[in-house]
This record gives sequence, structure tokens and C-alpha cells, in this order.
Amino acid sequence: MHAEYRKDLFADERSDDFDVVGKPVIRQDILGHVTGRSKFYDDHAFDGLLHMRCVRSPHHRARIRSVDSSAAERQDGVVRVLGGRDVPVNTNTLLSLINFGRDDEPLLATGKVGYVGQPILAIVATSVRAAQEAVDAVKVDYEELPHVLDVEEALKPEAPIVNDEYPNNTFDYFDTYDHQKLRFGDVETAFSRADHVVEGEYQMSPIEQAPIETCGAIAAPETSDRITVHTSTQALFFSVGVTAKQLDISSARLHFIGGTVGGGFGGKVDSHHEPLAALACLATGKPVKYMWDRAEEMQVGGPRGGERWRIKDGVMRDGRIIARAFTGFFDAGAYTRLSSYAVQKSTGHLPGPYSIPNVASNVYCVFTNRTPSTAMRGFGITAVDFAIERHMDKVARVVGMDPIELRILNAYRDGDMKAHRREAKNCALIESCQAVAHKAGWRLSADAARASSKTGGGEGASGVIPETVTDDEGRIGERRRSGLAPEPFSGQGTRGLLPEGHSSNNSSAFGNAPQREDMEAEIERLGFKGGPGAPPTPRGPVDEAASGARPTVPGETSRPAGAGGGPTLPAAYAQRPAGTVDQSIAQPPAQEPAAAEVESDSATTHFQRGVRRPGVSRFISGSRRR
Amino acid sequence: MKSPVTFRLNGSETAVFVDPGANLLDVLRRGCGDLSPKYGCGQGGCGACTVLIDGEPHVSCLVLAETVAGRSVETTGGLSNGPDLHPLQRAFIEGFAAQCGYCTPGMLMAAKALLDRNPNPTRPEVEEAISGNLCRCTGYEPIVDAILEAAKQRGAA
Amino acid sequence: MLEVQTYPTIGEAAGAMDDQARFLGGGTLIMNRVNYGDPRFNRIVRTTDASLAEIRVEGERLEVGAGVTMAAILASRDLDFLAPAARAVGGPAIRNMASVGGNLMAPHPYGDLAVALLALDAVVRMASGEELGLEDFLARRNGVVRSLLVRRPRGDEFRFRKVSRVKPKGVSVMSMAAHLTRSAGRLSGVRVAYGAMASTPVRVRAVESALEGVSLDHAGIAAALSAATEGLDPPDDPIASGWYRREVAPVHLRRLLLGEDAR
Ligand SMILES: Cc1cc2nc3c(=O)[nH]c(=O)nc-3n(C[C@H](O)[C@H](O)[C@H](O)COP(=O)(O)OP(=O)(O)OC[C@H]3O[C@@H](n4cnc5c(N)ncnc54)[C@H](O)[C@@H]3O)c2cc1C
Ligand code: FES
Ligand code: FES
Repeated sequence: MHAEYRKDLFADERSDDFDVVGKPVIRQDILGHVTGRSKFYDDHAFDGLLHMRCVRSPHHRARIRSVDSSAAERQDGVVRVLGGRDVPVNTNTLLSLINFGRDDEPLLATGKVGYVGQPILAIVATSVRAAQEAVDAVKVDYEELPHVLDVEEALKPEAPIVNDEYPNNTFDYFDTYDHQKLRFGDVETAFSRADHVVEGEYQMSPIEQAPIETCGAIAAPETSDRITVHTSTQALFFSVGVTAKQLDISSARLHFIGGTVGGGFGGKVDSHHEPLAALACLATGKPVKYMWDRAEEMQVGGPRGGERWRIKDGVMRDGRIIARAFTGFFDAGAYTRLSSYAVQKSTGHLPGPYSIPNVASNVYCVFTNRTPSTAMRGFGITAVDFAIERHMDKVARVVGMDPIELRILNAYRDGDMKAHRREAKNCALIESCQAVAHKAGWRLSADAARASSKTGGGEGASGVIPETVTDDEGRIGERRRSGLAPEPFSGQGTRGLLPEGHSSNNSSAFGNAPQREDMEAEIERLGFKGGPGAPPTPRGPVDEAASGARPTVPGETSRPAGAGGGPTLPAAYAQRPAGTVDQSIAQPPAQEPAAAEVESDSATTHFQRGVRRPGVSRFISGSRRR
Repeated sequence: MKSPVTFRLNGSETAVFVDPGANLLDVLRRGCGDLSPKYGCGQGGCGACTVLIDGEPHVSCLVLAETVAGRSVETTGGLSNGPDLHPLQRAFIEGFAAQCGYCTPGMLMAAKALLDRNPNPTRPEVEEAISGNLCRCTGYEPIVDAILEAAKQRGAA
Repeated sequence: MLEVQTYPTIGEAAGAMDDQARFLGGGTLIMNRVNYGDPRFNRIVRTTDASLAEIRVEGERLEVGAGVTMAAILASRDLDFLAPAARAVGGPAIRNMASVGGNLMAPHPYGDLAVALLALDAVVRMASGEELGLEDFLARRNGVVRSLLVRRPRGDEFRFRKVSRVKPKGVSVMSMAAHLTRSAGRLSGVRVAYGAMASTPVRVRAVESALEGVSLDHAGIAAALSAATEGLDPPDDPIASGWYRREVAPVHLRRLLLGEDAR
């Protein structure tokens, strides 16, 4: 069962003298695996090994009134009870090592807890059972507090504050923005021009990585005053850095050994075991193991975060997608860990592998009282890809088109300008679709079968950055250096529009005026404004000729002149498919799309639900609810 | 109070003192230094700790250690004779039946129990035999293929 | 600290029990609790009594020792009618350990073999020698069990079915057993039991009486299917919601009664 090596594709990009690809190569570590001699972190024996168990919160959110561990400390076999006060630098955030985000998560909670299973005390004892019996003997007096488990509930003004460091319940990008924003072209104008507007909501639950080896670490003292740490981590240098920081010692004293991981899938990057085991090792002078049991792995281990996505597409009858807007909510759980980065990844992935001339997105990294989420195979990408591809199928049904042909029609081709203002290169979606169709015995039209990523890309407008709507400062979400107070708008620049061909680094065109706190200007055109008086979404195919039936968009009138809207496609875009995809594929379908496929008012209201706080735009960036 | 237990481990007479309530997995790993069986759950749910007791597969995390007194225990640690690998081990290597390798010792024991009893199993019989063993990496196909391949190789030898 | 006490006979072991002690069968559930440091008990009581693992023919009835494992049932020709239920328990390693006695005590959603035994009107023989119906035993679930007494069903009178999401090994969405006794071509004195549909395996009297005197075909069982979950409030758990269990129960009951294959 060898991978098929298709030499017909990318012939000039692939050399023929590969001697590894396409052939089985025996894994270098597999002899150890089949003889049971691979050394996982727990496969190191230590004399007098101590074991650690944690006292954990039974509540989603609570204030800790008091902790009484006196009975536990007196129990047989108990060596040491550690609390937040014993940790030199108790609060950390994983990405602080690259200066990203504020320290927001205690190693051992003090004062309050934010999710079920959050550790409060770590008890070190001579056996697992003794440690567990001591855990059971600790009395914690909690005052239960209201909690929030849903991302959009968490964005309501009355929602409890999950994470004191981020009182808006959103991660603050660069200390300023409460979401990640992408703007390319002008979605609202395009929606008003589209034959169909197709909306959908998609959601993915949290998913536990569930490695067969549970997370853990053993820390043992060396005679050289160093600590040796055997760990299951997938991120050895994160763990060294975090441990050095939280223990406030030089990383030169830490000898980390890892790399043989019993399945990680992203779930072994959180660097919680090493600092606790090393702390206990320092405190006792003995080797200490901190290993999760299966129940902890499932309950406390950071899962892939849940995500909710709303997608709104403007589609022409022939299947061309001319606008796509996203609102995304990423559930970080109670602390940041890697979710801030996941949101950046997902924003960087939009609008999927499709050449769409107008794209807008607002993606929020939201704190809830769930288990903090972390990495897992493609996190930040998987859920939105699921959403995008489900939505593509929905669009295909609405326009009555073969779903594979719809993808081929809209796929990136080499030379197309991506919404990120980078040129698409080495595109292969068309070829992948063709290969899949072939394997599945799925008939494609002659044109779809002939299409190629190498031709037709970047032609006309599809190769340039379009005129892009902006806020009243002429910004589309430019980054402001952290810590700077908002400055008044300089009043210079082209208000409302960035000219065609602008680059992402547009500061020279507009002077260096910092981003103002909010981006309210022209939100009608930037976001998904609905609200009272919002137009119904068009239902079913609309005849081009009878375009008077198309609703107007509020804000259309306030649009600055020269915005290039109007009932016809911008000339630049209209050229794009010509010569790339044969018109015969792009024929309007005979079949009437089911009206139910096009969601109307209800879906429109979905899009209104961004961040709603009284008197504040839902596209606000950086205001505090403190 | 610890109590003494004597049993055969991979063919050798073994004696060890066990804590009250200790499970066989801990005793093999900590008491006997055989680190080949793995801990994945301590609940019988993952099969990483599977060993053979008198030739039959057991999840060692659920075996009260003192109940193996006088019995014979086999682990993956005893599967090969030095560099001389068991056909299952060879088939696992060649068929990429291990990725992280954490489930592998348990899989091998479950598979050995099957082949010792049924040298020519069908695919469903193989699937049944490893149904108590979880693998999060491979998706099982390569493991089932490797076990069938090992059966074939053994038949040919 | 935990203590393990080993006795040569089941009687002595039973005498050593109190509420801080647990009797060890195959250990598949008890050792899990030990591994996780369950504070509710501090003593494990076990016996080396070999009679516990015996399967004996006692006149019309079979006596199955409480220590008989699922694997031993599968290996026994006398108990072939219990094989579908025994095979439904766990994977091969679990079946080598899981005992009949432990299965009677296993909490929801476990107890697949007990469901079969309940439909077969098995009698529980306690360590003391006292005998009581399995239904009565399940209602109180205490004391040490020595063995089970069960009559061999005739022909194809006995049916067992387990519904699970993971195959070949998976925890019950529900399990069902029926002893379809007949007189003069009509069902009579039928016993039907469910597992994972209540806190213990239960008999479903509404279904039993709806089957009285009917013929075993689509029309005959219609009333029983409508009564499939009468009086039951199936639990929610990670495997299935109570609502789902109730919704699908009639489908599985039909398949069980008519001997239809699932797929
Ligand atoms: C991975 C896994 C999968 C499983 N799958 C299934 C399944 O599919 N179906 C199913 O039904 N069960 C399943 N089980 C549960 C369990 O294995 C079985 O129910 C088994 O029959 C329990 O028997 P045991 O001998 O192992 O019980 P033990 O763990 O020894 O004991 C369980 C309980 O029964 C009591 N007990 C044991 N023997 C007696 C006796 N003679 N008299 C009185 N009380 C006694 C114990 O004190 C204890 O309270 C599974 C368990 C695991 C770990
Ligand atoms: S550790 Fe024994 S079955 Fe998982
Ligand atoms: S190889 Fe990783 S769990 Fe099986």
C-alpha cells in the first residue's frame, strides 16, 4: 500500500531522483517499540520515587474562601503539600516565552478557580494511594460563583468575568483588539450584487486528544545541583523555559529528557507537569513523579477548543463566489494557552483555498469556564475548514451545481491574490479535486476536467489587491504597538477606502496614525450589520435583468464615492473566470434551489450577534468592561 | 504489609514483595523492572498493560498482583530472544504497525494470545482479538494487517 | 491503607465482610476503584475456593459458580446458550477476568450477562446457601454469591441482543434478552429483560404481558412494541441519552423478538 506518486502534476517542480518518497522506510525508533524497550518518560526507575496528586476544583467557577490541609499533612506517607504560594512565579502564559499575551494562568490556583479540575494544591507522598488519601483529606471552602460555558454567552455584558487578566472575556490582541480582523475588498457591496446570499452556522465541540500515554513528568535531583526531568512533553523547550520561569531558576540547572512521546496530538504542549514535578523535587530533594491518571487526562487535559462559525457567502448564479464573510468564536476555556494563536491561524486560513474577491472576518478568542483548550492537530484550521467545506456543499445545492465543480470553479490558481495580500503559489486544489473525482468515478464536465491551477490565475483583478473598505481612519485593522494609549485620528489619508493594490503594510500611505480604539466607521460595510430594518437576504435565484428585486444595503448611501459598487461586477472581477473556467460549467443551473437553503432573517440576526455591549459597536477593538 | 509472590515471568522464576492492593502492572514495572507493559488508564479500558497469564491475555492493571502466585506471566519484554525477533515483531516493524509505540506491547500480547490458539485467524478474528486494545495513532489497519502477515509468515516457516 | 484478606472457603470470606470491605471476583471493576484510591472501602476480601469456578449439572438445572469467567462460559458446551451474552462483555482480556458474580453487581451500564440470566429466571445461591430469585437479588444487591442456578432453554426459545456503538467491543446502549416460551403455538409465560435501561438489569412486565397468548410475528408483537419502555425511565450517560434509549428500544425489541439481524 504505497502512496501513489503522480508524476503528471508539477513535473517541473519535482525531481525524479527522490529515493525516499513513495517507498517504505523502516522507522528508526520502531525496534524499541516492538520490543518494549523504548523509554517513555515513565520508563525510568528511581529509588525512593515520590508521587504527586492534586486537589482540584469541583466547580466551574468559585472563590476559595479557605484551604485546610492540616489533616492531610499529618497523614502517613505525606511528604509535602504545595500551594500557589510555594511557586516562585505562579502565574504564566505559555506564549509569554515569545512575548505574546499576558500571564494569566496560575500553576496552582489561589483565591479563585475558573474550571472544573483546576489544581489548587499538589500533594507529594510516598505512594499514589497515600497522595490520593491526603487529597481526600483536604478541606476547601468554596463560594460558588456564576459561570459561563458558551462563547456567545461569555460575550454578553452581564457575563461573569472568567479570567481577571482579560475582563472582556476575549483575548486582547496586542493589548488592543478583542478579535482578529480580515478585510479584503467590500463584502457588503458584493452581497447586494449577488444572486444568492447563502448563510450557515457550524460548530465543533471540544475534542480530547486522548493519547494512550497520559501526560506526566518525573523530576529527579542530580549531584551536580541540576534537576533531571523526564517528560512526556511534545514541546521540550517550552517546558524548559516555563519551568525555569516559574521556578525562577536558570535553565542551565534543568536537564530535560524527552522526545519519546506516547501519543501527543497536540495535547502535550502545556508544560504544567514539569514545573510542578521540578518544584516538588526542589522542595523535597527527592525524585518526584507527577502523572495524570486517565480521568485527569480526560477532564483536566486541555482539549481542542470548541469553535462556532458563521459564514455568509454572496454567490452568482453560475457558482462564482464573490463575497464571503465570517464570524468566528474560538472557545479558549478559562485561560489562554495557545488559543490566541489558534485564532490567528484560523484567520490566516480564510477564506479557505478559494479565490474570492471580497472577504471579511471577525474572529474572537473567547474565555469561558471550560477546561482551557490547547493544541490539537491543525487546531484553528480544522473547524473552520469543516465549516467552509460544509458551506461549499450548501452553496452548491443553492446554485444547483456539482459540488466538486463548484470547488474547481472557485479554487485558487497560481498567481491569484489571497485575502492576506500574498500571491497564491503551488496551488493544487483543482488537481486534487480532479484526482478525487477520478478515483471516486465521479464525472466532471470536460471543462472542469481540463481546468488547471497553472493557468488563468492572477488574471485581471484576481491578481491584485482590491479596493478595500476601511474605518474612518483609513485602517483595516493595522496593528498598534502594545501599551500605547489611543491617539486622536490624524485626519489624513483616504477615508473609507484603501486603493486597489495597497499592501498590508500601508502605514506610509496614511501617516503613522495609530489605530483608534474602535472601528465603528462604516460598520455597515465592514461587518454583518443587520438589526431592525436589515434587508432580507435574497431568496432563490434572482434574474440579473430584474436586479431591481435585489435589496439595498443600509450604508450603501453613506459609502464614499468611488467605492466601485453598483449592480454589475467590478470589471476586474468579471474578467477572472473568462478563459480559466469554461463558461459551460458556469451556466446557471436549471434546478431551482430550495428556498430553505437560503436562510433569511433568522440567519441575518445570527450575524448581528457579534459582541453586544450597550452603546458599543460589536466591532469594537480593545475597550474594557472592567 | 507487603506479601511475597512467586511466579514465572517470561519463563524465569521470579519472587517479589508486593504492597496490599498492588496491581500486576505496577509490580511488573516497579517490582520486576519489566517496563514493557504500559499504563494508559488503570481501568482496563486501553489494553496498553496487556500481558499473558497462563497464555491468556489479561489487563495487568486490573490483576491483583498476589493472584498470579504460581502462575506464568508473559510480556513483550520476553517476546524476542535477543536480536531474534518474534514473527509478530517483524511484521509490526515491516508493516508500520507502531507509530508512537505506546500501545504496541499490549497489542503484541493480545495478538500473540490469538496466534498461539489460532494460527490462521480471519480478519474479523484478529479484530476481535485486539478489540480491548486502543491505539490512537495508527487507525488499526496496519496492526490488523501486520498480525495477519505474521500468521502467514509463521505458517510458511 | 488498604488490606487484602484471602480465605480458603467462600463461607469464611463471606463471614469477613462488612461495609468497609469488598469481595473480589475477577477484579475488573474493583481493581479500577483500588487504582483510583476509592476511599469508600479499605479491605479486599478474596477466596481461593476452587468450587467458585465450577460449572455443574444439577438435575434439570445448571449450577454456575460465581467465579466462572465470561471466557469460561464461552468455553463451556453446557452453557452455550449464554455465549452470546458472555461474548458481549468487554474484550478478550476482560472476559478472561470478568466473573458471573461480579456481573450481577456491576453498575449501569454494565451487567449484560445478568440481563440474560434474568430472562432465564436464574436463581442466586448465596454463600450461606440461601437461594433467591435473581430479580430479588438485584433489588438488594448485597451478600456474597456462591453460584447461579439456571435452566437450559429449549431450542430457539432464548434470544439475546446487545446494542453498542463501538464494535466488536463496546459498552451497552442497551442489552435485551427474551425467553420466548410457548404453549400450543402461542407465546406463554414469556420473560423479557433489559440492561442499561434502569439502574440495574430489569424485567419488563408490560412487554411480557403484551406478549401473552400472541403469535411471534409482526402483528402479534405490535402491542409489546408499543409497551417497550412502559414504566421505564432510562438513564442519561455518555453513551446515550435516556430519550435516545427510549426512542430506539422498540426497534431493538422487534429485532430481538423476530430474530432479525441488525444489519
Ligand atoms: C474495559 C471494560 C469493559 C467492560 N465491558 C463490559 C460489558 O461490555 N458488559 C458488562 O456487563 N460489563 C462490562 N464490564 C464490567 C465488568 O467487567 C463485568 O461486569 C464483570 O462481569 C464484573 O465482574 P468481576 O468479577 O470482574 O467483578 P469485580 O470487579 O471483582 O467485582 C465487581 C463488584 O461485584 C462484587 N462481587 C464480585 N463477585 C461477587 C460475588 N461472588 N458475590 C457478591 N458480590 C460480588 C464486588 O464486590 C464488586 O462490588 C467491563 C469492564 C471493563 C473494565
Ligand atoms: S492500563 Fe490497563 S487497560 Fe489501560
Ligand atoms: S502507536 Fe500510538 S497508540 Fe498505537
